[in-house]
Amino acid sequence: MAAVTSLGESSLDRPAERPRGMQARRRRRLNLFRYLVFTVFGLFFILPLLAMTRFSLEGRTLGTWSLTAWKQIVSYSFPDLPPLLPAIEITLELAVISCVIVLVLLVPTMVWIRLRVQWLSRIFEFLCLLPLTIPAIILVVGLAPIYNFIRHYELSALMLFWAYVILALPYAYRALSAGLNAIDVPTLSEAARSLGASWFTVITRVIVPNMWQSILNATVLTSALVLGEFTIAYLLLYTNLQVELFSISRNTPNASVIFSTSVASLMFAFALLLILSFAGRRRQRGRG
Amino acid sequence: MAVVATTEPGARPARAGRRASIPGWVGTVPFLAYVGVFLLLPTGIVIVDALKNPSGAWQFSSVTELGNPLVRTYFIGSLKLCLISSVIGAVFGAILAYAVASGNPDGVVRRLYLAASGVLAQFGGITLAFAFLTLLGPVGLLAHASWFYDFPWGIALIYAYFEIPLMVLVFMPAIDGLKVQWREASENLGASAWQYWRHVGGPLLAPAFIGSTLLLFANALSAFATIEAWESQIAYIVPQQISISLSSEVGLSNINYADVLALGMMVMVAIIMTGYALLQRRASRWLR
Repeated sequence: MAAVTSLGESSLDRPAERPRGMQARRRRRLNLFRYLVFTVFGLFFILPLLAMTRFSLEGRTLGTWSLTAWKQIVSYSFPDLPPLLPAIEITLELAVISCVIVLVLLVPTMVWIRLRVQWLSRIFEFLCLLPLTIPAIILVVGLAPIYNFIRHYELSALMLFWAYVILALPYAYRALSAGLNAIDVPTLSEAARSLGASWFTVITRVIVPNMWQSILNATVLTSALVLGEFTIAYLLLYTNLQVELFSISRNTPNASVIFSTSVASLMFAFALLLILSFAGRRRQRGRG
Repeated sequence: MAVVATTEPGARPARAGRRASIPGWVGTVPFLAYVGVFLLLPTGIVIVDALKNPSGAWQFSSVTELGNPLVRTYFIGSLKLCLISSVIGAVFGAILAYAVASGNPDGVVRRLYLAASGVLAQFGGITLAFAFLTLLGPVGLLAHASWFYDFPWGIALIYAYFEIPLMVLVFMPAIDGLKVQWREASENLGASAWQYWRHVGGPLLAPAFIGSTLLLFANALSAFATIEAWESQIAYIVPQQISISLSSEVGLSNINYADVLALGMMVMVAIIMTGYALLQRRASRWLR
């Protein structure tokens, strides 16, 4: 009797329990799969970076450790090459200029199109995303004659920003348009206008503070792009950080300064993106 | 009726006159001018110059040089490299994206992988070739891989390093769009994990997956810096050949060689990106 009731109970329990048991097993299998994937891919991504870091810390003889290469970042120069430090400076300046121009060009235009000329928005989006279809290596062929013209007036490598703004357009556009979609631009600007604000005030003091996060996003993406840009600078015969690293490596293969500078610039970009990702979270929480 | 008509313009008397005289599109002129000069003009130059000879006369036969056996080897090289690296990148990137997406949506792992993907997808370039050189090259720390300088497999491995993160970035939204309810529904109907992926998850993700693969393909097609730093003596792919013909006059002297190659690439990328856009639209039907 006892056996029968217990059997009956367990057979009643089982259908309710089984899915939960399967779920748990599936969950365990999934977690196993996840940790396996993270380990394998983590190794694939981290090993080349570790190897490069190790090379950047190589001493004078093989197998020793030294910080020489890291100190060389600010002092390195080679007889036939331009020194390294100016190349770094010019790249950072280019990043700043490109970010400013991208924002000045895109933010007011995007707000304006949303408010006044809706019918242009399709064409605008197409133009902004067009550089994805015309990559740097193609663009540079057509830019060569234009830069021949620019060189008549200004020789500085800072002139590269004209092209970099175009390369950054698609990324900046996506970031900014996500920000603008999240706020009600017409209502905000009508409210401000009816209180007597000028268009300049509307953009700088009403719209921009409301889309701060996406502006930060666009800035970081643009700087990362400029810091890593090689094709256009190299083929238009300008010297930026990447071109400089390339020429050093051609002159003295395995010069440890190229590894220390590469690691430094990578860490810089990674830190930027990580800060951005955490800043985004805090803001969202603060709002929620 | 008449009342409405008189109150409308009466609400903003100062604006009414100005709005009639200045059309709205004037506000977008700075943007259009910039894009016109630095994006549309270079594109136009490439197309027009490809159809002209170096002395400036029209010569439509230039385009037939794309069928030249020598030129064809570069295009075949490009296709090989892009096919291998985009398929590797898409498959492994999708696995990694699924592993990341199935975890905590606000967790550290996801944040770390997304930030790292953002950097690594953008930051290919010169640095990447250096990193793999220190890991697997002739002086590599992990191995002195004999196949490191083999085309296409050696370079395809390096390309995978930026293709996988790009896949994570573009494919993640599709995986996030898979609703838990669909999985629960199929489990309640007794489907195994395999059946779920075969009949529900797989078909839903297929357009996004193929579309993302196309984007990876276009990305590999236009990459130049990495392969140039990996091997700058021998040209394997079209971008390298464009670079050579831009910086020297050697080559087929009776046509604008760089422009013809660039036009060929432009057509390829345009076809791929159109396919990508169509598949994205198809994918977004379910995943929102």
